Amino acid sequence: MKHLPLGPNHLHGRSGTTVTAEGPPDSAFLSVRDLRIHFATDDGLVRAVDGLSFRLDRGRTLGIVGESGSGKSVTSLGIMGLHRSARARVSGEVWLDGEELVAADPERVRQLRGRKMAMIFQDPLTAMHPFYSVGQQIMEAYRVHHPDAHRKEARARAVEMLTRVGIPQPDRRVDDYPHQFSGGMRQRAMIAMALVNDPDLLIADEPTTALDVTVQAQILDLIRDLQRETGSAVVIITHDLGVVAEIADDILVMYAGRCMENGPAEDVFTHPQHPYTWGLLASMPRINRERKERLLPIEGNPPSLIRVPPGCPFHPRCRYAQLTDGRSETEVPSLVPTDSPGHSVACHLTPEERRRIFTEEIAPGL
Amino acid sequence: MTAYIVRRVIAAIILLIVVTMITFAIFFLVPRLAGETSTQLAAQYVGRDPSPDALAAVQKNLGFDQPLYQQWWEFAHGIVAGRTFRYGPDASVCHVPCFGYSFKSHLPVWPEITSRLPVTISLAAGAAVIWVITGVAIGVLSALKRGSVFDRFSMGLALAGVSLPIFFTALLSLALFSYKWPVFPNLQYVPITQNPVLWAKNLVLPWITLAFLYSALYARLTRAGMLETMSEDYIRTARAKGLPERQVVIRHGLRSALTPIITIFGLDLGLLLGGAVLTETAFSLPGVGQYAVEAITDNDLPKIMAVTTLAAFFIVVANLVVDVLYVAVDPRVRYR
Amino acid sequence: MATTDGEALLQVDALVKHFPIRKGLLQRQVGAVRAVDGVDFSVRAGETLGVVGESGCGKTTTGRLLVRLLEPTDGRIRFEGRDITHLGTGAMRPLRRDIQMIFQDPYSSLNPRHTVGTIVGAPLKLQGVKTDQGVKKSVQELLELCGLSPEHYNRYPHEFSGGQRQRIGIARALALRPKLIVADEPVSALDVSIQAQVVNLLDDLQDELGLTYVIIAHDLSVVRHVSDRVAVMYLGKIVELGDRDSLYRAPLHPYTVALMSAVPVPDPTRKEQRERILLTGDVPSPVKPPPACRFHTRCWKAQDICREVEPPIRELRTGHAVACHFPENFDAAEPPAAA
Ligand SMILES: Nc1ncnc2c1ncn2[C@@H]1O[C@H](COP(=O)(O)OP(=O)(O)OP(=O)(O)O)[C@@H](O)[C@H]1O
Ligand SMILES: Nc1ncnc2c1ncn2[C@@H]1O[C@H](COP(=O)(O)OP(=O)(O)OP(=O)(O)O)[C@@H](O)[C@H]1O
Ligand code: SF4
Ligand code: SF4
Ligand SMILES: [Mg+2]
Ligand SMILES: [Mg+2]
Repeated sequence: MKHLPLGPNHLHGRSGTTVTAEGPPDSAFLSVRDLRIHFATDDGLVRAVDGLSFRLDRGRTLGIVGESGSGKSVTSLGIMGLHRSARARVSGEVWLDGEELVAADPERVRQLRGRKMAMIFQDPLTAMHPFYSVGQQIMEAYRVHHPDAHRKEARARAVEMLTRVGIPQPDRRVDDYPHQFSGGMRQRAMIAMALVNDPDLLIADEPTTALDVTVQAQILDLIRDLQRETGSAVVIITHDLGVVAEIADDILVMYAGRCMENGPAEDVFTHPQHPYTWGLLASMPRINRERKERLLPIEGNPPSLIRVPPGCPFHPRCRYAQLTDGRSETEVPSLVPTDSPGHSVACHLTPEERRRIFTEEIAPGL
Repeated sequence: MTAYIVRRVIAAIILLIVVTMITFAIFFLVPRLAGETSTQLAAQYVGRDPSPDALAAVQKNLGFDQPLYQQWWEFAHGIVAGRTFRYGPDASVCHVPCFGYSFKSHLPVWPEITSRLPVTISLAAGAAVIWVITGVAIGVLSALKRGSVFDRFSMGLALAGVSLPIFFTALLSLALFSYKWPVFPNLQYVPITQNPVLWAKNLVLPWITLAFLYSALYARLTRAGMLETMSEDYIRTARAKGLPERQVVIRHGLRSALTPIITIFGLDLGLLLGGAVLTETAFSLPGVGQYAVEAITDNDLPKIMAVTTLAAFFIVVANLVVDVLYVAVDPRVRYR
Repeated sequence: MATTDGEALLQVDALVKHFPIRKGLLQRQVGAVRAVDGVDFSVRAGETLGVVGESGCGKTTTGRLLVRLLEPTDGRIRFEGRDITHLGTGAMRPLRRDIQMIFQDPYSSLNPRHTVGTIVGAPLKLQGVKTDQGVKKSVQELLELCGLSPEHYNRYPHEFSGGQRQRIGIARALALRPKLIVADEPVSALDVSIQAQVVNLLDDLQDELGLTYVIIAHDLSVVRHVSDRVAVMYLGKIVELGDRDSLYRAPLHPYTVALMSAVPVPDPTRKEQRERILLTGDVPSPVKPPPACRFHTRCWKAQDICREVEPPIRELRTGHAVACHFPENFDAAEPPAAA
């Protein structure tokens, strides 16, 4: 290995700090730097992810939130090395446990996939092959990385995994087909399949979006428990701020393929720094609040990723853009640390302005 | 599952009965409606310038003097129980399954057809093997290398394959490989029991000609099916597991993409077994298709009836097999 | 959305919808999906009734029954006092003006080959409405009312974002100035920021036009925000029905309590203190719902009586009724509200 991981970096004690330095990676287990994923399409270049950086330690959960089309799924597939089409252009660095993946040999990345890093998807019905039983699909995931394992052993492992994720009568249900499972059980089975090789990194792309709240609560609990057991790192992608608040240690707010705000969950919820995060929080109806007269939507629509607005991509919808002397329209704000540790934000507003606006205008409405 | 199969079998039998009724109606009822008398009808069965005796005999034997349902009943009954035709003082027994009796060749139709069936089966089965292998292989490769030179070339060829009439390709291949460069001279059907090598050699050109059309069709179908399945979510899951791409394509992609193709294959094969008319004619193969053509040129209605019924039978059976197979392949259908 | 004490615009009694299941050689009916199995409620003019529940509990079916897209198996629907349960297409026709539906999926509910003008103007043309200034002008006014621009008249649905498409759907529903709008998951397919735009629009339209809404949604937060009264459904039945504030502050039915506790709250500081009731298992099949109280298979308070006697729906507090033998947040000594 060319790049040896350095010792613990005390200056950036928590994950969630930007990585700006060149050279070998810091101690983080997963470190994404300046990731860019563009697609050449007939309509033009889609800049689905455009300079995304973040880091994540073992045993911690990062929640990536953002609206539809902000590049969340593309990011996760990018980390897994699953953008294979000739039209996809991936650049930047993804360091996983000291190993860089973007420039690595695809065969090497394949070996890591499913063993060191695993993924679960939004719709567990379409994500499983309809023609193979749940057991067969879990066994396949096990045997591809344990070529010497016998059928019997793999099957026992599949049953064990189904037991762990709480499927009743696992030795019988292992032979069922996905369509015979309910939505929640299918997602459990997907989790069993993802965890069958004890991966160190689990990426969950909207794992509960297709499920009922009661089932969602079960699945989130399951993911949390399994993580405590295994100490793996988890990236959970969602558009529901409630879900991240429930499960994430750190939050990354994405907009138009970029990171707007990144920091420890509590800090981001209690002292959000970015106008877009403010907008998201203010537009949410909440179950634990008496009704306000009106919600405060973010006006306008998310931009096309082919014609991303210059400067801050959020500026056409931002109510505070005029406070920045035109910089919002011309200059891309870089992600800079705020005064609370591990919390960074990409916005031209000065910290004083942000503090003032938040306390005067935003906080009372939340 | 069993109930499903039983239901399908019953439906198939009913369908066959309906098909014989319709065929019967077309050949017997329609001319009647068009105003032909039963004597005129009978005249079609005995060739030109028949004697009044012969006419009367045919008229009576085929029961043209009887009501139509009775006529159909005797036809259908003959298939399962045999029938006796009287021709003047002679009587000819037509054994089960009696599909009719040709008053032109003075022979029951069924033995003639069975003697020709091996030819048609040889042709259809051999071609089917070729087209399934080449069609599917080309389709899969094209889909995986979409937009590549190979893809464009093979899809261009496939377009030619589906649009060129089989007569043209057949005559072209004959002209080239039988006459110009006589790789396969003196094409003539040899039964496989007699000389397997010659059997195969003399069938190569017809096989390839027939398979060219179907390969093209199957390549296009497979390509479309593969493109669709390879963009399914479960393919992404298979890759996320770390499966090597080959396994992703074969175990996950092809398995789904082939399922609809099985259906179409069954129907195509059923259709061809009923007589590969054009190919048999072009290559002078003495198969069922050629028999049908003769029957039509001679206006020999019992033969036409028999061939039509046989073709319908093959199609219905193929349909049935395909449906049952589908249940076996797709668990979602199985557990309903 | 002030709660008016208007009389019932819509009155639903013992409404039932069973979808037959056929099987075997002869396709005999072997059972039925009891999608809606005896629900009673009323909607007063000018109010919003929210309907919540898990997937498959019969919300959509209820909505489609109300607008008579489905034929009820049993029960009665009265609109403005008139029995419309079994009206034929012809007799329903004038009523179609008064009752409109908004669908969940803003992508598939609009015909991609028609312009926005055609889509929104279609109900006007179908009903042969004579408008003062011609169809085009009225459609453009509708578009403006729904926050779209009149210039959008000649554009096609694919040129619009999800939120804008949902606005088009709303404009279409409003074309005939209906009295009642049944909205089936009107914002579920939309992002939060856009969702808020549409929620506000529905709000404003109600104020401006005096509309009555039945809003179906699985998102309890959205329902809390938009509704005056809320009905909670479980397996084809309404298990709790009450004024919004009463229902959300002190839910009576154990299922409602569990449902509300499962909703994630965007506030990480609360996650430790919050007491969550984790329901185990899945919703049973609506083909063979559990006898008596349908929730007993998942209820942590279930007793023998729950498996034997179906709890009747009782008004325990004013304007707040529940069907449960052992309601939550309710002291048995407390006398129920006037029976
Ligand atoms: N293979 C591809 N080719 C071209 N564009 C793509 C491709 N994959 C994704 N995109 C585009 O990239 C953008 C980001 O997509 P992505 O799926 O990451 O969004 P998302 O944040 O996951 O949204 P959602 O919440 O809807 O899942 C979208 O505009 C999408 O159309
Ligand atoms: N046309 C139909 N034929 C048979 N069963 C049906 C039909 N429509 C709905 N069902 C069944 O009726 C039950 C209730 O369905 P419905 O669509 O009303 O649920 P829902 O509460 O709207 O759920 P969701 O939140 O998933 O939209 C389900 O079990 C469903 O499968
Ligand atoms: S940089 Fe400007 S436009 Fe962007 S969020 Fe900050 S204030 Fe708004
Ligand atoms: S009636 Fe019994 S089982 Fe049903 S909800 Fe009430 S306590 Fe639970
Ligand atoms: Mg996504
Ligand atoms: Mg629904």
